[in-house]
Amino acid sequence: MRERYVAAVDQGTGSSRCLVFDRAGRIVSFAQKEHRQIHPRPGWVEQDPAEIWSNVEEVIARAFKEANLEPSDIVALGIANQRETTLVWDRHTGQPVHQAITWQDMRTDRLVRELTAANGNVNVRELTGLTLATYFAGPKLRWLLDHVPGLEARAENGDLLFGTMDSWLIWRLTGRHLTDVTNASRTLLMNLETLDWDERMLDMLGISRSMLPEIRPSAEVYGEATGTIAGIPVAAALGDQQAALFGQTCFSAGNAKCTYGTGGFMLLHTGERRVVSDSGLLTTICCRVGEETPTYALEGSIAVTGSLVQWFRDNLELIASAPEIETLARSVDDNGGCYFVPAFSGLFAPHWRSDARGVIMGLTGYINKGHLARAVLEATAWQTREVVEAMTADSGIVLGDLRVDGGMTANNLLMQFLADVLDVPVVRPNVAETVSLGAAYAAGLAVGFWSDRDELSSNWHLAAQWLPNMEHSRRERGYRKWRKAVARATDWLDDDEEWSDARDGGPLATIPLEGGVLEPGE
Amino acid sequence: MPGNIQSIERAAAILRLLSGRNRRLGVVDLAGELNLPKGTVHGLLRTLQHVGFVEQDKESGKYQLGAALLHMGSSYLDGNELRTRALNWSDSLAARTQEAVRIGTLHDSRVLIVHHVFRPDDSFQTLDVGSLQPAHATALGKILLADHPYVADELISKGLEAFTDWTITEPERLREELIRSRERGWSWEVGELVPDQATMAAPIVDRTGRTVGAMGIVGPRERLLTARKPRVELLSYVREAARAVSHELGAIPW
Repeated sequence: MRERYVAAVDQGTGSSRCLVFDRAGRIVSFAQKEHRQIHPRPGWVEQDPAEIWSNVEEVIARAFKEANLEPSDIVALGIANQRETTLVWDRHTGQPVHQAITWQDMRTDRLVRELTAANGNVNVRELTGLTLATYFAGPKLRWLLDHVPGLEARAENGDLLFGTMDSWLIWRLTGRHLTDVTNASRTLLMNLETLDWDERMLDMLGISRSMLPEIRPSAEVYGEATGTIAGIPVAAALGDQQAALFGQTCFSAGNAKCTYGTGGFMLLHTGERRVVSDSGLLTTICCRVGEETPTYALEGSIAVTGSLVQWFRDNLELIASAPEIETLARSVDDNGGCYFVPAFSGLFAPHWRSDARGVIMGLTGYINKGHLARAVLEATAWQTREVVEAMTADSGIVLGDLRVDGGMTANNLLMQFLADVLDVPVVRPNVAETVSLGAAYAAGLAVGFWSDRDELSSNWHLAAQWLPNMEHSRRERGYRKWRKAVARATDWLDDDEEWSDARDGGPLATIPLEGGVLEPGE
Repeated sequence: MPGNIQSIERAAAILRLLSGRNRRLGVVDLAGELNLPKGTVHGLLRTLQHVGFVEQDKESGKYQLGAALLHMGSSYLDGNELRTRALNWSDSLAARTQEAVRIGTLHDSRVLIVHHVFRPDDSFQTLDVGSLQPAHATALGKILLADHPYVADELISKGLEAFTDWTITEPERLREELIRSRERGWSWEVGELVPDQATMAAPIVDRTGRTVGAMGIVGPRERLLTARKPRVELLSYVREAARAVSHELGAIPW
């Protein structure tokens, strides 16, 4: 019998990719295509839905061709996608009424502040797990209704459909208007408990139900694809970070993963318990397979991780390429007492201080560029520790180990330091493409290609492991110094300065802003 | 040659000598080769050392080309950069072969391990990134030496240490083995470093065609060999992966 495979589409912020996996979870084929980022104004970031759809079709075709696959070789297609990016299209013609407004886009800054000020007694965090912030889809949809001429009336007539990227792709593939729970949980419109659209949130944002997609599980057969890949069941959709959590086979309470790219995304599985954070973390839903009992996760983002290394490379020019930072950092034995708090746009979880700016503390005549390189790398680890501590405070869950993925996991010095300061093993799985793998796993489960989660767990293999190897006293001394450095980063901006200035344009406009609205000096 | 600056010409002559076969020379050797007073050569070396173009070996006091100069040449590749570029391909090689993967570069006639992917069987393994292995007794080392004959000469001149009964210790046998490795584009060994362990490797080349590293797998001989030869399937995975990383190095910089 001919071997069969699962395909995953990872529709990401920068590119669309298609990966095909075999039953052992190994990559069989891969294709990728980047799309344009449109910057109509500083702080605005748009993408062209038509371009993205045509790229998705193209990468699927290329990935199939590369491995000589026919649609009949593929048992299911799963989708993982950039979250929160917002689209509206015409129900009858399929034409988008506007470019997609991406998650990084800051245009709803004022709207969000007005909503926050006008909000009387709706407990947004309790209902949605989120805070009112530019980051999420709901305010972006409201902005479109307010600013595209005629849109509000067409919406009232029922002529328009809203969706995040998953909905757009599912609609193009199968003709159905759906979204999955993980994506719906990033709109500010879904009630985390009922998993349905929440009337109070719809009222607050003035959005009519008729344009919203039906919320479905993350893994079930949504329909059969039409067109060039006709017949393949479209069987999963997940937001990319939830897909990574699933791809890392974090299936039960206490499992945690952190993806290190330009920023860091950490998710901690809290089981069936919906933990409402007191520490500024988000509550989100994990991949839901069929009608099973929903499970939840706490999410904490670190705004500046890999982007600090890029800054070190591009703005200080002390290294020629990002990986060289490890070489430079290894030219010294320790940080020499130097700490770097990269609060380039304020401090995020768990501090929430918009009045903070970056500081380098502990400078003496002894400090050289090697120590600075260390401080840059260590900043990622200390920030992770702060998020981990907040998660433990909120959930009572003590981490057993941390599963990592993303580009920065190639940095051995950082991974060892991370294990040292978290005091838990840091483990890297063999398949680095955890986002695509998660989408494939969910789709494969939906069609019975894999029988259950245990089978998926047995596919997970260690590629590397870093064990903690730091004296308790040294770790705590270091953390104490880090916290002192963080304290010195705060209270920098004054009332007569606009806190969002630094975010407009430039590389910092693309950092993953979690929680969005910062309460100055709270 | 009117208009030329003599001290730059002399400095260039020193760099040329240091980039030649011997690689590491003392003040006396250089003064002799250039027919210059020791004091002049020493002054030139001090300036070159100051700008990072030469380095002095602490033990022997001899001089060699410095990191700053190597950075400027296209043959230099940072080991951490190599690991970053190779990450996906080495994971996939481990998954396909079900063996541990290592990537190495030459460092003082030994192999510096710059990347290590565990054998994907979840047994307890320890990262050995940063460790040094003997070049003449590993597949990684052999394919690296094959493309760096002056390093091979240096190693041979120091004497080839035996680790097992199978370690190649005769210079001529090693030279023949290196020529064979270069011709076929891969290398292997069985039990030359550790009894009953086999390794096979292929070169990673940069866009100028220079070998900047080697990538290979390590495992028990019964899994890696069949009829006393490397398993063809495993070998083709190793070569494909090394080619893919090479392609990556020739393509877009990160």
